[in-house]
Amino acid sequence: MKLSDVPQSASLEASGNLLSGAEIVCHAMKAEGVEFVFGYPGGAVLVIYDEIHKQNHFKHILVRHEQAAVHAADAYARATGRPGVALVTSGPGVTNAVTGIATAYMDSIPMVIITGQVPTYAIGQDAFQECDTVGITRPCVKHNFLVKDVGELAETIKKAFFIAKTGRPGPVVVDIPKDVSMARAPFLYPGTVEMRSYRPTNKGHSGQIKKAMQMLLSADRPMIYVGGGAILGNASAEVTALVRMLGYPCTNTLMGLGAYPSTDKQFVGMLGMHGTVEANMAMQNCDVLIAIGARFDDRVIGNPTHFNAGNPTRKIIHIDIDPSSISKRVKVDVPIVGNIKDVLDDLIGQLQSAEQKPGNIAAWWKQIEEWRAKDCLKFKQSETIIKPQYVVQKLWEVTKGEAYVTSDVGQHQMWAAQYYGFDKPRRWINSGGLGTMGVGLPYAMGCKFAFPDADVACITGEGSIQMNIQELSTCKQYGLPIKVILLNNRYLGMVRQWQEFFHGNRHAESYMEALPDFVKLAEAYGHVGMKIEKPGDVEGALRDAFAMKDRLVFLDFQTDQTENVFPMVPGGKGISEMILAEDL
Amino acid sequence: MRHILSLLLENEAGALSRVAGLFSARGYNIESLTVAPTEDATLSRMTIVTTGSDDVIEQITKQVNKLVDVVKIVDLNEGKHVERELMLVKLRAVGKDRDELKRTADIFRARVIDLTEKTYVIELTGTGDKLDAFLEAIDRALVLEAVRTGACGLGRGEWIVKA
Ligand SMILES: Cc1ncc(C[n+]2csc(CCOP(=O)(O)OP(=O)(O)O)c2C)c(N)n1
Ligand SMILES: [Mg+2]
Repeated sequence: MKLSDVPQSASLEASGNLLSGAEIVCHAMKAEGVEFVFGYPGGAVLVIYDEIHKQNHFKHILVRHEQAAVHAADAYARATGRPGVALVTSGPGVTNAVTGIATAYMDSIPMVIITGQVPTYAIGQDAFQECDTVGITRPCVKHNFLVKDVGELAETIKKAFFIAKTGRPGPVVVDIPKDVSMARAPFLYPGTVEMRSYRPTNKGHSGQIKKAMQMLLSADRPMIYVGGGAILGNASAEVTALVRMLGYPCTNTLMGLGAYPSTDKQFVGMLGMHGTVEANMAMQNCDVLIAIGARFDDRVIGNPTHFNAGNPTRKIIHIDIDPSSISKRVKVDVPIVGNIKDVLDDLIGQLQSAEQKPGNIAAWWKQIEEWRAKDCLKFKQSETIIKPQYVVQKLWEVTKGEAYVTSDVGQHQMWAAQYYGFDKPRRWINSGGLGTMGVGLPYAMGCKFAFPDADVACITGEGSIQMNIQELSTCKQYGLPIKVILLNNRYLGMVRQWQEFFHGNRHAESYMEALPDFVKLAEAYGHVGMKIEKPGDVEGALRDAFAMKDRLVFLDFQTDQTENVFPMVPGGKGISEMILAEDL
Repeated sequence: MRHILSLLLENEAGALSRVAGLFSARGYNIESLTVAPTEDATLSRMTIVTTGSDDVIEQITKQVNKLVDVVKIVDLNEGKHVERELMLVKLRAVGKDRDELKRTADIFRARVIDLTEKTYVIELTGTGDKLDAFLEAIDRALVLEAVRTGACGLGRGEWIVKA
């Protein structure tokens, strides 16, 4: 066969009003206002790539591993609130993407992932690069589709975006067999879709909201507990208004950081396994708790039995868009299902017109201030060795608290959460639910594409960064001036910490031997590398790095190897059973 | 407690596996599950018999409802309902057992729907208890094989589960 006999996809140019499936994909992206598609090509998506090549409505970002494509698209969604889009090929493309999809699913991130599939006639034949994408991704997507008829492609993509971004958001996979990408159909992109099986509730029940209001106003020891749902629901302004209006203490979860300004005095810090004493104690001892877009998960309230038994009379109000999050781990007294923004608007309205004013809770604040006076995040500064907490504090100062901060998973993640004061929503981008090492760098990429003029810092560990280090190459290709803040403790630090506390300090496979020279590695990828070994050099290095506006700078901070994250609630314990730095 | 859940779901490929997958992923019990398209060809009607505390059943209902293909889920235990299950049993039917089995079948209003010189296939509908009782009433050694559909149910009277 001569090369000229091979059918060229150029012959797929639009004929009449019929578009190919691949063209439909591109037109649908345009209709959805997609700016970036993060992806990686392969056989089953070649036709789609050919169409992408011909259009200029959105930009395709070529990553170095499909996992990173999904993470980058996920971060784009977290930072902007708009759905992230990824495109991968069948088989290994999909299996590589699964970690990214599961990560987004656990944190309820709106995404559409387009996957190539072998042609419909080959499905089930163990064809080359075939895998059961719908089956493999089913437990970690909000929904997924296998499109078998090009006539249904446009509407399916419309549904995918609709499902991804409404209700409790989440990733949606659209699996497109190669022959469907090649077949033709008229392109009709629906303006709206109606699905009888999918109708998320938005408006909260006003009777329930009234009950909540009365309960809040009669509280002696109130507590406002805000999770990632408040950020996903763009309700940060409403949360802030409510907290200020009531004058009550507020805590944010790891996923909720930035929903209420961290530097405000009503903020008692993050709660949970590595939460502050004042947040955890107030959570445990309050008489009225309002949970806003939070889910009482194990890393937040510890053992639910202890949480309840320690305070059986505590009344709980829970606002969430997802009814299944309510009374799942902890029974609540006033459930309110609805969009957080709308519910809080109603609640604030009712509070404004209420005769009753919030009671005097001075005694409760006094108690909280006593807890706060423990200063549980205090750490011993050193003249000779860099404390990881200090690096994060300096990063906050140098970036004036305005940066987009991504992190990986481990001790560095917790220090980032504890010491970078997030005052705005969507600035703190991390994997809370799945706890996926390797997200940091691709997350920073997604943020940088979304906000090219903003400072973007990736706080990472030497273990985590190596899980997607190849993306330094993507950063070079697109000129992404990210600042990588490596808190290099030469340990899988969080693992080592658990081993120290719970496994006789036996360091089973938690020591990072044979680490690369990160400075040379950064340089090999065409970036700037710096190694910082003295506390006195931390601030200068950060300032120099951020002054290099158009370069990626990889800062290898050699930090204290033995530092631990405090406070710490051991797994399975109650949240008031914290280990503090001073206890050791 | 035992609950009988009635679901309407889009008659789409994979809808069944979404429900079944949810039960296994979250560790919920399935005592039986039956599914088939009904009067509306775009919908499948599924009946699941499960057990769990009230809290667990509430979670199951909410989680199932969250599946995008599920149009409706109703816990039939919340009201008066009827339920039926179908069983087919193949029995060794020779000699004096032949008449004896026929008599027992009649008492249970079961029907012989296939017979050979040595076997009967008996069809019996009723509640799960009734089917169990039938199996207990006959000599177990005569049961060659049996198959049951699992329960399906409807609310009584005007209680209608609709899309
Ligand atoms: C993909 C993945 N594998 C394993 C883990 C378990 N894990 C949690 S933290 C951690 C250590 C991380 O080490 P490093 O990135 O150096 O961060 P450090 O804790 O030292 O700051 C590990 C292995 C995980 N979260 N994700
Ligand atoms: Mg480390």
